Amino acid sequence: MADHGHHHEETFITKYVFSQDHKMIAKQFLLTGMFMGVIGVIMSAFFRLQLAWPEKGFPILETFLGKWAPDGVMDPNIYLALVTIHGTIMVFFVLTAGLSGTFSNLLIPLQIGARDMASGFLNMLSYWFFFLSSLVMIISLFVQSGPAAAGWTIYPPLSALPQAMPGSGLGMTLWLVSMSLFIVSALLGGLNYIVTVLNLRTQGMSMTRLPLTMWAFFVTAILGVLSFPVLLSASLLLIFDRSFGTAFYLSDIMIQGEILTQTGGSPILFQHLFWFLGHPEVYIILLPALGITSEVVSTNARKPIFGYRAMVGSILAIAFLSFIVWGHHMFMTGMNPFLGSVFTFTTLLIAIPSAVKVFNYLTTLWKANIQFTPAMLFSIGLVSTFISGGLTGLILGDSALDINVHDTYFVTAHFHIVMGLSAIFGMFAGVYHWFPKMYGRMMNRGLGYAHFWITFIAAYGVFYPMHFLGLAGLPRRYYSNTAFPMFDGLVEINELISVFAILGVVAQLLFFFNFFYSIFRGRKASQNPWRSNTLEWTTPVERIHGNWPGEIPTVHRWAYDYSKPGMDEDYVPQTTPLKEGEEEGH
Amino acid sequence: MTTFLTYFTVVLAVIGLVQIVRIFELAAKLKGEQNLDEISDKENHFNAVAMLVVGMSFVLFVAYSFKLWGHHLLPESSSEHGAAIKGLWDATMFLILFVFFITQPLLFWFSYKYRGRKGNKAIYQTHNNKLEVLWTSVPAIVLTGLVIYGINTWNKVMMPDTSEAHLIEVYAQQFFWTARHAGDDNQLGAAHYTLIEPTNTLGVDINDTASADDIIVREIHLPVDKQVLMKFRSQDVIHSAYLPHFGVQMNCVPGMVTQFAFTPIKTTKEMREEMGDDEFDYVLLCNKICGAAHYNMQIKVVVETQEEYEAWLAEQQTFQALASN
Repeated sequence: MADHGHHHEETFITKYVFSQDHKMIAKQFLLTGMFMGVIGVIMSAFFRLQLAWPEKGFPILETFLGKWAPDGVMDPNIYLALVTIHGTIMVFFVLTAGLSGTFSNLLIPLQIGARDMASGFLNMLSYWFFFLSSLVMIISLFVQSGPAAAGWTIYPPLSALPQAMPGSGLGMTLWLVSMSLFIVSALLGGLNYIVTVLNLRTQGMSMTRLPLTMWAFFVTAILGVLSFPVLLSASLLLIFDRSFGTAFYLSDIMIQGEILTQTGGSPILFQHLFWFLGHPEVYIILLPALGITSEVVSTNARKPIFGYRAMVGSILAIAFLSFIVWGHHMFMTGMNPFLGSVFTFTTLLIAIPSAVKVFNYLTTLWKANIQFTPAMLFSIGLVSTFISGGLTGLILGDSALDINVHDTYFVTAHFHIVMGLSAIFGMFAGVYHWFPKMYGRMMNRGLGYAHFWITFIAAYGVFYPMHFLGLAGLPRRYYSNTAFPMFDGLVEINELISVFAILGVVAQLLFFFNFFYSIFRGRKASQNPWRSNTLEWTTPVERIHGNWPGEIPTVHRWAYDYSKPGMDEDYVPQTTPLKEGEEEGH
Repeated sequence: MTTFLTYFTVVLAVIGLVQIVRIFELAAKLKGEQNLDEISDKENHFNAVAMLVVGMSFVLFVAYSFKLWGHHLLPESSSEHGAAIKGLWDATMFLILFVFFITQPLLFWFSYKYRGRKGNKAIYQTHNNKLEVLWTSVPAIVLTGLVIYGINTWNKVMMPDTSEAHLIEVYAQQFFWTARHAGDDNQLGAAHYTLIEPTNTLGVDINDTASADDIIVREIHLPVDKQVLMKFRSQDVIHSAYLPHFGVQMNCVPGMVTQFAFTPIKTTKEMREEMGDDEFDYVLLCNKICGAAHYNMQIKVVVETQEEYEAWLAEQQTFQALASN
């Protein structure tokens, strides 16, 4: 029996809703992530309107924000709420669940040669916890006192005391509930990914033959499993402080004329716990994007990825270091200067594996035969933003230099470029590249080109000028810059940024149109449209439950034999046995 | 009506897009290209040229931007430790721009130069140990230097000798700042949040003799060329005291006292002349999200000569005088 019992009848509910098939769950993650992404991105367009034209009323703001934008002029509280929810949604819902959830689910079984995840049931639970979490987050947008507004880092006491701001009322409670559900989802997913990669690899698929996407997703899952529980505990303690009168994070506070009874806690403790997740989280977002890019660059350069072992090594090095650098977010908290020195040292070390990755990408392109698919364009875009954003990390990671740019727009520029743009470019690359594996059809290339070029220009147009705002001393999270004469001259830059931001948002319509049009009307895909080596392209276009109709194929070589001399084609699938006398690539 | 027109336009735009896409697809079919999956030479050429043009334009704009927007940058630091930080800053910026102007053009140039063409074949090259050792060790050596330089600067800035410094407390609450000058004894009287009253907004302990000559004001005055040790407290949530012109920043955390010592080297007057701006004032602003009016939480900072400072100080009421009123 080669069918492994996969031929039992599927109902609509088990196939499309409570599915345990990793490919369907991947699509569920993607669509939910895209939906949340629309909300997060529209929010950013709203606050860009406010930042560029602070005194002006926009009817559209009143339409969407209602009582929070009388006559279309945004209230400071809703401004902070928009910034907060934008950050939360983009970091967690789009670039963690949307990116890892989609591509780890889709690709891990397909690329290692497994019929499905180790536990389809936990995998299904993982999605539905994410769904619930998204639902609670969306509900929190509609409560009377407004959504959470203490910044996506929700530092207490601001987030702990409803007296401190309206957003710290019910909105904050829902935020914490939503994040707790989210963490459950991330843990269920992560455990599954780790177990699957370790145990379910097909014959011949040794760890050193894993495609770099697999290494990236595998290490990302380990990061998540080790760090998300810490955020969960931080959230739980905050819930206790908010609702049950404990004092983990509170001490010596008088607010709104009331002296609080809590003493002995430390707000800084929360920051340590938060950033113990928060920094690895940056790499939970970035590593999958780098993994996707490695695969896409190699395939479309028609050339092996340069320095496979160094690439794996740098993923591991980055992951390890990401656990011992969290303090660089806290240089200005009054920590012992010695501690600042330690975190400066560990932080700047990350530049070494990052530099190795960049050099390896560049060398992979050298003497290549580059096929500019939309996925390839976004991957090259990622390398560019990874360099631009990574370099400014040398300033922010250096405690002495951080003093003057900490919490300014320089930080906003840095992390949006290195983490936001790079990760979203990686995600776009992944969607364009593996769309045929998800829907059996091709996305339109022309629209893909237009989407990339407008997005690329708009992205730098938004975030490059922000460095100058930061160097002018402009703090982030300011509702308006009109209260200080020293910032008056910055209006022109702010207007420019907002124009690019709106252009960038509108350009995403090209993507959404292309995506949904192609699901129904796109050209039918062939089995291996990119002439790629990895296992997923040996599965039939029909995307059956269990992935391969017959036996799972055996792997005979690494994933990057492109343009190998002596071969008929410029690619050699991993399932092709070594020829007599042929040496394995790396 | 406008709403209707908006929807109508959107619907038309979508229909238009659908038609355009279909035309392209039909045209491709008519041309009878054998393999639609393959990227044609024309497409590769278009994107390769775009890489070169857009990419290089970006690189050139980065170079030009310093000229275009350079005047927005903060003026040279008005405090003594600014020079040490500037040295480190310049070294780091040099390194960053050096790497940027090499790697980005290379990326865009390779993308253009090695664009795919029918019949072309890439070279087969998996790794090169010599090269990899080189570009791992060079960054490692450069970063070692940068780390040592950075940590030295940090230690100098954060741990100066403050035995001669004069003491000022900066007190944060939603959404304003209060300053407490230590007075003649250069000692701040004890304070506790439970002592806060409408007439004693900082909760200063009246029984502590050191508090008698403290001076509580809504403006920070600093004598030039004299080291000041700022102590920070917060009443409610975390704030951050940021003095952009002095290169000073420190969080104000409820339940904790934090501090930063620095020496202002330019008076407000000198700064006004230098900038050609009679209105210029130094400012301390809040740089940690603290609530609705966070964007307008500020206090004026005046740097003046020792004589001016003493004259100003003499005019102010001491805490003792304030409390006995």
